[in-house]
Amino acid sequence: MAFDKSEVEKVAQLARLHMSEAETAEVASRITDILALIDQMQSIDTDGVEPLAHPLDVTQPLREDKVTEIDRRDELQTLAPATEDGLYLVPKVIE
Amino acid sequence: MEWETVIGLEVHVQLSTESKLFSGSATAFGAEPNTQANIYDLALPGVLPVLNKEAVKRAVKFGLAIGAEIGKHSVFDRKNYFYPDLPKGYQVSQLDFPTVGKGSLTITLEDGSEKVIGVTRAHMEEDAGKSLHEDFHGMSGIDLNRAGTPLLEIVSEPDLRSAREAVAYLKKLHSIIRYLDISDAIMAQGSMRCDANVSIRPKGQKEFGTRTEIKNINSFRFVEKAINYEVQRQQDVIEDGGEIVQETRLYDADRDETRSMRSKEVANDYRYFPEPDLLPIELDDAFIESVRAELPELPDARKERFIRDYELSEYDAGVLTSEREMADYFEAVAKHSGDAKLAANWVSGDLLALLNKNNMEIVDSPIDAGRLGTLIARIKDDTISGKIAKTVFEAMIEDSSGVDEIIESKGLKQVTDSGEIEQLVDQVIANNPDQVQQFRDGKEQVLGFLVGQAMKLSQGKANPAIVNELLRKKMA
Repeated sequence: MAFDKSEVEKVAQLARLHMSEAETAEVASRITDILALIDQMQSIDTDGVEPLAHPLDVTQPLREDKVTEIDRRDELQTLAPATEDGLYLVPKVIE
Repeated sequence: MEWETVIGLEVHVQLSTESKLFSGSATAFGAEPNTQANIYDLALPGVLPVLNKEAVKRAVKFGLAIGAEIGKHSVFDRKNYFYPDLPKGYQVSQLDFPTVGKGSLTITLEDGSEKVIGVTRAHMEEDAGKSLHEDFHGMSGIDLNRAGTPLLEIVSEPDLRSAREAVAYLKKLHSIIRYLDISDAIMAQGSMRCDANVSIRPKGQKEFGTRTEIKNINSFRFVEKAINYEVQRQQDVIEDGGEIVQETRLYDADRDETRSMRSKEVANDYRYFPEPDLLPIELDDAFIESVRAELPELPDARKERFIRDYELSEYDAGVLTSEREMADYFEAVAKHSGDAKLAANWVSGDLLALLNKNNMEIVDSPIDAGRLGTLIARIKDDTISGKIAKTVFEAMIEDSSGVDEIIESKGLKQVTDSGEIEQLVDQVIANNPDQVQQFRDGKEQVLGFLVGQAMKLSQGKANPAIVNELLRKKMA
């Protein structure tokens, strides 16, 4: 299965990545190679094999429902480029 | 052409845990912006999620309440998209292995018949923050207090056939959630939110038509209005020879219309993959059974019990059990007054009217269950008549003192002394010779008028049964 340039452009756009023409071509060919490997893996008989959600054979520990974090807004907001009235400011996101 | 409407609802419910789904930040409503947004919620590098047990428990509780399969093995996935109120760049959700699988609930339609609505699944996910678009010098303000609050997204089957059915389903869902006490489920505050998938098809056709998704519906009433608008719009488009485009539409309550959101065709590819920072959740039977043991009596069971034990009508039992607090209130009044039928009439009649008029919830009622119970007991023991009870009830709204004190201080006690009533009756007979003659000539209906006159003279305080009896005796 080939992965062409237009698909690379679509994925790059979804990931908000800017890619040059040359990079796009190179990435397309590398992903095509990876897909070839996956095609090869697809031919393996996996009947009776459970899907794997995580490589470790352990399960999720659960935490008690307690508030353990304190308000550190002032400290945390020194990391942000712009804040006002306790809000983080970002470029306008609505048309 | 006759059309059939097909609706499926996606309902997001904020689980009312103390802390967030994956962090120990508080979830209180209405806090100062970003005072409940800490390093995990802000997605600082290196932070890791730790799952809140109570959120899992609440999701399982809901699943058990709707008879759903509980996913003993569930997995979290990342749903990837960029928006400033989602600092991680992905929402942790559940795709293929949700915690709650197929279940169902029963709604009652207007004609009294019942219909079972399928629930496809309910999965856990984290809420996003809020964007404020007022003018911050051309920028948007972001409040991340809500980011990471646990949500349960409940997805229905496309089993609903009208806006009314959709509202009935939503109200039933709301009732179950409030009984379970897993969420505040207040639509106006956003702790319960509803998106509607709507399509139409020619009646009798098997295949579904192209659907649109309506977002931003924040009250039960708007659910009905938004769906009705959208159904009409789709009919108009098709009947004019057009085609429905699959898209997301926003409901605008001010204009009562839905309109297309900017096309998100490209952005709608969420590239889900299993969340590598979280392990699969394995729930054993002991955990599930311990949650089952905590299930309260649910609205359907309580309704059946009210019909059986209190001999209430199907309708009254439905009204009184729709909210847990209402049902608790009614039961307290019934117990206190010793008369369930009267208690049901007063609660679903005068009390509900009072609450609706003042836009109040039952828990805010100025008349508590104990006082209403006493009022009814005073009708039963003939201290006051049913009519005078309405006057006492009105007084009780403003006056928080005891029922007996109000009856006493306002001089509303029923007159049962036959000597006193006899005087009234004599006066009525003397004042209305024509009517008395008519009665004696066999015109029975006149008695009602004469009783009314006597009641008026007593300012409603005379015992009508005694008045009736004495009048008959004297005119015989």
